[in-house]
Amino acid sequence: MLRYTLLRLLGAIPTLLLVIVLAFLMVHAAPGGPFDSERALPPEVAEDIEKHYRLDEPLPQQLLRYMSGLLQGDLGPSYRYRDYTVSELIASGFPLSLQIGALAMGLALIVGVGAGTLAAQRKNTLVDRIVMGFAMTGISIPVFVVAPVLVLLVAVKLHWLPAGWSGSPGFAKYVLPVITLALPQIAYIARLTRASMIDVLSRDYIRTAYAQGLGTKAIIRVHALKPAMLPVLSYMGPAVAAVLTGSVVIEEVFGIPGLGQFFVRGALNRDYTLVLGIVIFYATLIVLLNLIVDILYGVIDPRVRQR
Amino acid sequence: MSLLEVSGLRISYGGSSVVDGVDFAVANGESVGVVGESGSGKSQTALALLGLLPADAVVEGSVEFDGQQIIGAPEEKLNKLRGTRIAMIFQDPMQALNPYLRVGRQLSEVLRQHQLAEGQQARKTVLEMLTRVGLSDAERQYRAYPHELSGGMRQRVMIASALITGPDLLIADEPTTALDVTVQAQILDLLEELRDDTALLLITHDLGIVAGRCERLLVFEGGQLVESGATTSLFAAPRHEHTRKLLEAAPRVDVGKTLAPAADKSILSVEDVAVQYRSNRGEKLDAVTSVSLSLREGETLAIVGESGSGKSSLVRGLLGLVPMSSGKLVFAGEALSGPVQKRTLQELKSLQLVFQDPVSALNPQMTVGKIVAEPLEVHAKGISASERESRALKMLSKVGLDKALSDRYSHQLSGGQAQRVAIARALILEPKVLVCDEAVAALDGSARERVLDVIKSAQAETGLSVIFISHDLGVVRSVSHRVAVMYLGRLVEIAENGVLFATPRHPYTRALLASIPVADPRAKIVRAPLQGEVPSALEPPAGCVFHTRCPFVDDACKASAPELRDVAGSRVACLRAGQIQNATEKPPSELPSAHR
Repeated sequence: MLRYTLLRLLGAIPTLLLVIVLAFLMVHAAPGGPFDSERALPPEVAEDIEKHYRLDEPLPQQLLRYMSGLLQGDLGPSYRYRDYTVSELIASGFPLSLQIGALAMGLALIVGVGAGTLAAQRKNTLVDRIVMGFAMTGISIPVFVVAPVLVLLVAVKLHWLPAGWSGSPGFAKYVLPVITLALPQIAYIARLTRASMIDVLSRDYIRTAYAQGLGTKAIIRVHALKPAMLPVLSYMGPAVAAVLTGSVVIEEVFGIPGLGQFFVRGALNRDYTLVLGIVIFYATLIVLLNLIVDILYGVIDPRVRQR
Repeated sequence: MSLLEVSGLRISYGGSSVVDGVDFAVANGESVGVVGESGSGKSQTALALLGLLPADAVVEGSVEFDGQQIIGAPEEKLNKLRGTRIAMIFQDPMQALNPYLRVGRQLSEVLRQHQLAEGQQARKTVLEMLTRVGLSDAERQYRAYPHELSGGMRQRVMIASALITGPDLLIADEPTTALDVTVQAQILDLLEELRDDTALLLITHDLGIVAGRCERLLVFEGGQLVESGATTSLFAAPRHEHTRKLLEAAPRVDVGKTLAPAADKSILSVEDVAVQYRSNRGEKLDAVTSVSLSLREGETLAIVGESGSGKSSLVRGLLGLVPMSSGKLVFAGEALSGPVQKRTLQELKSLQLVFQDPVSALNPQMTVGKIVAEPLEVHAKGISASERESRALKMLSKVGLDKALSDRYSHQLSGGQAQRVAIARALILEPKVLVCDEAVAALDGSARERVLDVIKSAQAETGLSVIFISHDLGVVRSVSHRVAVMYLGRLVEIAENGVLFATPRHPYTRALLASIPVADPRAKIVRAPLQGEVPSALEPPAGCVFHTRCPFVDDACKASAPELRDVAGSRVACLRAGQIQNATEKPPSELPSAHR
């Protein structure tokens, strides 16, 4: 297992390298620079700043310099948030994004798996159609539509929950962002669960369990849930990453000071190092998540473990 | 009063009935055999007894178990009967056991659900049951996952899970069909030994299994119960036409005429061939170890052996489909190159293959006529499309198929028809050698007979040589001139058909023959002659590979591997072959319990 993990991590290095180079080139290809503003700086000042941040060097040299910094774990200084390094900014924003993302994912798993299982059990009945109808809606409507509508309805009209982040007390401010973020995931997970549960319930070993007198509830809990969760587990790698990156929109709408806000501001300001740093951070996260999913796969399916 | 009473049972799907008015009863402690071909409705009937039919099945009539109506009963009521009073064993234990749960959990859950035992008490009961079904290291099997067990061990676990609650009725649906014949004998013995006063409903297509083991028989055909009666009288004087047919089609190893030996002229010979695979972890697995044999012109050479014997690997090697790690091939007097890619068109044409599962061997997107004509596109480039088509039609009629079938697709054919299409596709190239890899294993009695007839008549007409791989010795007896027996990648015995069946020399051949249930209630039932199962080819036993299961083993067998040698008309790889004909077999308890 250890050997497998190490091999996988080694295998991720070329992927990450490619991500770094591509992201670096794309950020620099975008028009404008970190120090452009509405009023142009005097040329000698701009030159000074560029020199200070070594932006006057040829691009390949800058890339090499950036990479050698990465090797030492240095993501460089932010160009716009003076006095902060990119690492410090990530460390200040990520915990909140992670909190909201994890809550949303937990909610999505519980509701999605529950609804999917119910729909599978009642295949082709009214219950099934209603659940699947909701799921289809959840997938079709994008987050940036759901978020403002919910804010308008629940917060502005009904005053049940706070609309913004800063100044709102306690747990209430988490409710809307978490639900908004979870909705499309609930929909996907419900559909995945339904399909795989229907497949598992048609297996011979489920028939055996029925023949042994186990009721439907016990069969789902003891025999069916584990195998039916495999497709959901495969989806979890990309899903967790999507929830963490999806929070970019949510954080803007609800004004949450998470990593997503830094990312958006960084991109708008051409804050090269900040954008690159966050992209690399996410890429590493996705690689790690997929590795964890593969390891968990072996935990659930004993036949995979042997290979 | 009967334990189980079925009357007017009718099962239909979307208006078409699969079981049509069946009445029978099973008394306490009775053993009843249910026989019929696939599609006769016997399995559907069995599922109805437990209320296990799918939701879209329409079930009518009455199934009363101990006075309680099963049909239409609510789920909670059924769950109180299932597993406790009526238990069921299914055909393929790999599919029927949950691959994601440890064996111990699957068994203890049954106890827990029926509130018979929990925790340590349940664990103890499960371990006792695992020991009773002959699993030696019960603690270890308790923690094992199904895929870590052999086929026989899995079916033992199934039996344990069925009998752990001490049911009144045990329904066994083809319980040994997925198993090797020596293991089948063990499982049948075990069922009989453990069931005590549990009534048994044994469903099978194999009349040999029920002949000696069931008191009464029910014969199914086309969804109806066509005949029932005491086993002995039913075998002695079958009243229904279909019962007679089933009895005639049952392959027998104890009787049979011997084919005249073919001329001793070799068409294909295999010298010192070995086939080695690498496992996922890089371990070397010797599937075939140094096998030499030759196929004579116009003969049928059968290769028999249980799963893992290397019989399929050997022919794949000689067809060039898997690389041989050593050895050479000679075809019609000339060296034949190994890999199929290096063979000439002429060589390829001369060796043709028929697979086990005809449906997956035929392209579902092509019509039968196209499938049969296709080889000509490569091997007879000069001829026109219409000529190809007419040759294909001719070939179809030779294998006994109507011309009208040529526009059909494979899924519109029965298994037997599809296999005859596959044979037509092979024979259209007029090969010298036809390799049949378990070609009739998936077919029922009458369909099997017709496929065998097609092969035999092609041989009579063109002098075709046939390599016939099979695990079914009854079939082998009726079609082959010579028989080669393989065990764990080695050739252990080869002899003329008549000689091998009359005087098997190798202890493994003897056991193989003795394991086959004879379709005759008067024949003495032989208890499983071999214990354990075939060892892993990853770690074959030292010396003679059979010594771990051999009833005649002595110290020399553990030390040195025997070579093939002549023993009274057979070639046998056994150090003691000459002496054992009259020797008494040691009882199994004295055997090294390699792994059970």
